[in-house]
Amino acid sequence: MGRKEDNIKKAMKIMGDVEHIRNIGIAAHIDHGKTTLSDNLIAGAGMMSEELAGKQLVLDYDEQEQARGITINTASASMVHEFEGKEYLINLLDTPGHVDFGGDVTRAMRAVDGAVVVVCAVEGIMPQTETVVRQALRERVKPVLFINKVDRLINELKLDGQQMMARFEKIIKEINKLIRRYAEEEYRDKWMVRVEDGSVAFGSAYHNWAISVPFMKKSGISFKDVFEHLQQDKQKELAKKAPLHQVVLDMVVKHLPNPKEAQKYRIPKIWHGDLESPIGKAMLTCDPKGPVAMMVTKIVMDPHAGEVAVGRLFSGTLRKGQELYIIGAGKKKYRIQQLSMMVGPDRIPVDELDAGNIPAIIGLKDAIAGSTVSSEPNIEPFEPMKHYSEPVVTVAIEAKHTKDLPRLIEVLRTLSKADPSLRVEINQETGEHLLSGMGELHLEVTVYRIVNEYKVEVITSPPIVVYRETVDHKAGPFEGKSPNKHNKFYIEVEPLEKGVIEAIESGEIPEMDRIKDRKTITKKLEEAGLSRDEAKKIEAIRGPNILLDMTWGVQYLNETMELVKQAFFEAVERGPLANEKLYGVKVRLVDAKLHEDSIHRGPAQVIPAVRNAIYGAMCQAARVLLEPMQKVYVNVPTELVGAVTRELQQRRGIIEDMEQEDYQTIIHAKAPVAEMFGFASAIRSATGGRVLWSTENSGYERVPRDLQPQIVRQIRERKGLKPEPYDEAYYAGL
Amino acid sequence: MLTFVGLGLYDADDITIRGKKAIEEADVVFAEFYTSKLIGMGVDELERAIRKEIKVLSREEVEDGKRIIEEAAGKKVVLLVAGDPMIATTHVSLRIIAEELGIKTKIVHNASIISAAPGLLGLQNYKFGRTVSLPFPQENYFPTSAYDFIYENYSRGLHTLILLDINPRPMSANEAMQILLDMEEKKGKGLFNEKTLIAVIARAGAPDCLVRAGYIGELIHEDFGPPLHSLVLPGQLHFAEEEALEKLAHKSMS
Repeated sequence: MGRKEDNIKKAMKIMGDVEHIRNIGIAAHIDHGKTTLSDNLIAGAGMMSEELAGKQLVLDYDEQEQARGITINTASASMVHEFEGKEYLINLLDTPGHVDFGGDVTRAMRAVDGAVVVVCAVEGIMPQTETVVRQALRERVKPVLFINKVDRLINELKLDGQQMMARFEKIIKEINKLIRRYAEEEYRDKWMVRVEDGSVAFGSAYHNWAISVPFMKKSGISFKDVFEHLQQDKQKELAKKAPLHQVVLDMVVKHLPNPKEAQKYRIPKIWHGDLESPIGKAMLTCDPKGPVAMMVTKIVMDPHAGEVAVGRLFSGTLRKGQELYIIGAGKKKYRIQQLSMMVGPDRIPVDELDAGNIPAIIGLKDAIAGSTVSSEPNIEPFEPMKHYSEPVVTVAIEAKHTKDLPRLIEVLRTLSKADPSLRVEINQETGEHLLSGMGELHLEVTVYRIVNEYKVEVITSPPIVVYRETVDHKAGPFEGKSPNKHNKFYIEVEPLEKGVIEAIESGEIPEMDRIKDRKTITKKLEEAGLSRDEAKKIEAIRGPNILLDMTWGVQYLNETMELVKQAFFEAVERGPLANEKLYGVKVRLVDAKLHEDSIHRGPAQVIPAVRNAIYGAMCQAARVLLEPMQKVYVNVPTELVGAVTRELQQRRGIIEDMEQEDYQTIIHAKAPVAEMFGFASAIRSATGGRVLWSTENSGYERVPRDLQPQIVRQIRERKGLKPEPYDEAYYAGL
Repeated sequence: MLTFVGLGLYDADDITIRGKKAIEEADVVFAEFYTSKLIGMGVDELERAIRKEIKVLSREEVEDGKRIIEEAAGKKVVLLVAGDPMIATTHVSLRIIAEELGIKTKIVHNASIISAAPGLLGLQNYKFGRTVSLPFPQENYFPTSAYDFIYENYSRGLHTLILLDINPRPMSANEAMQILLDMEEKKGKGLFNEKTLIAVIARAGAPDCLVRAGYIGELIHEDFGPPLHSLVLPGQLHFAEEEALEKLAHKSMS
């Protein structure tokens, strides 16, 4: 029996012993070495052959991931590690580093209890490091730190021992600063990483070695030894004395919590049901005898088996053949056709899996990433997962051969189920399918999969940016009349308070169609910066926009309010300027005159009246077009800075900061997404390929005033609308 | 010149002589059938009967009034409306717009369900309270203010004429009774239950007109034939009214 098979056997034994399980993720900025670390951990733990690791990236099992050298899909792998004479099962979820795949990162975080934050010793803390640390802490995921690529400090930067120490200290200090900033008070001090206690390790994932203070004590290897090994280029030897997997997994076992421990404090954060209920209690204690509660974090496509739902089992025991409910999918039961655990690309079938594990299930047909699955039909679903960014780029996609259209529709549906950060919409005017994602790369990757994995030939339009609409200042009241002229609505609009926008976007204040707990939501809105008088009048929250009912004693308004909301939702979905979504608009209904007979104020009357009043008020308030922006980080040899800044400035980019480190310069810039298309090849040719760069979506900003009319016209023409938007007089005359 | 001509309840025979004259003299004949309908005659038959082309207007065209007003500015325009034209509130707005623009307006009256209903049931007209219309419930729209008005009338001892939605299709008396029971479930003031006395009027003005009074629990299962239907919830009944219901509306209390 090979070591791999042997380990699988061991793993299946530990599966049932929750205190010896760790569910972890690895989180890092792009290219800081996350996948290399994952693979070498898995290889070291004997789940794949050692020679292959580092070369054949196991977790990058999508062909195109390997071609692009970045991890796109979160896959999971289980491994066995011995620590202080006991065997542990470590379930590792690999998370994508490129921000275009932010949705996947968030989802993976929900399933794990701890995270190894990887930071490149040369580059230090990068913006995505901050993003992933924030995401982890938000889900109450405990971090430990691995400082990677330490060999490069000596071999490339020629630092001496003291300089190297200073660099480590700086990285640790900055990570702790992030923890202090983003962790809840209770965990702020407890979760700081410290060299002394071994919650920090150093090493080279590629060269397969690592070191930590506890390991130094245990093995007698000193820092000086490490330094000398590196200077003499004896990393292979070092890897034998201080194997990466041993040091890092020791750290994981010692410092990251087991599921039972973690669920005690994580469940109240990630699940908002009754903690005293049987299912609540079962999850808090990670009880294998309790009802089944699982959150699906990922749908993996298997060419033979179809959709495989991977997620975290918080309570109960899964058995092959068992019937489960998908919350929100009705009363239907879904039978587990196959139950397995994932080891890299392999699914190892098992008959049973206990709470605390990461199961992969075939048979949950209607599950999507984010679904709650249970043996009970009506449990409270897990808090909806928050995405930090909305899709900002769209392509129109059609089948090359008309006969493939039904197949394309099916593939798009499947893909959007597996990756909720993708949106598929049908353009009502043209009937074409619109695919929206987090960035140009995200869509390229998706289209690549449609063509190469699903074998559907497609034609795509050039990428189009997703814009938003807002208003410049307060205006109104604007009178909107119903078509039968028997009802009038008076609407004011104004820019929504920044704090409220942020709270809605971060999920702190959830979007809602109906206000259930008015007291709580009023308080949250007030804290976010809305005045008390307005906060009390909240009627609906959609996108970062709110609807307030500021009227007093208008008769029949209560039975009309659902329609007013519907009009608000319609307006939010399609702004008056270019039919783009609204962003940061506060809509205040200040008065209404309603016909007393309900037959004269049905949907066909009220919805257009309110919608037109919102549009009219927005005209008065000066409509503003917003465009998505990207932060761009370019790491380039100092002599090439000029070429890069020229390229950025041609794209309406603004250089915000430049950091010089040795022979490298890191340029921090900001540019509109619309101008960044094709940047990859442009920057490569401008620098002869000697460049590392990444981008991060950074929200919406105003289109320059002089460009707005032209861009609005372009969008409208593209959508088949009349080139000029309607004006105030038009809405007043309706 | 804009003349609103009431068509009455059933077919072309109900048009008054004055109405016929107005149609004959008209340059353009419009009609709308979304506030009310003629039960006994389609548009084609009506065209043949009046020997003129009829342009049927959509709801939007009546509401914004542009097409009618444009024509009426220089020509004699007639708008045909089932029943009595000014019973539908929309037409009042149209008349105001026309007058504001200096277009003369005229009304040719006719019979309406408002007077036909009490007449058929033998109830006294002066004992009716506010008329209510019952819309089809729609997504996010199940208004219950109709219930409040009926309750208001009832608690003052007044009868209520309940008109039924005709869009997108005519509501049957049975559906209407079910909606009233659904409202009762939301409101819970005890106005409607299986034992509530109610009256159904089907096809008022037609030769096969039918009236029935009885308990909701019983009538809700009866077939009243083709549309249009209306309901009356009787308030305090005078003994003469009680007698009328029994003899004229075949009141059954079994």
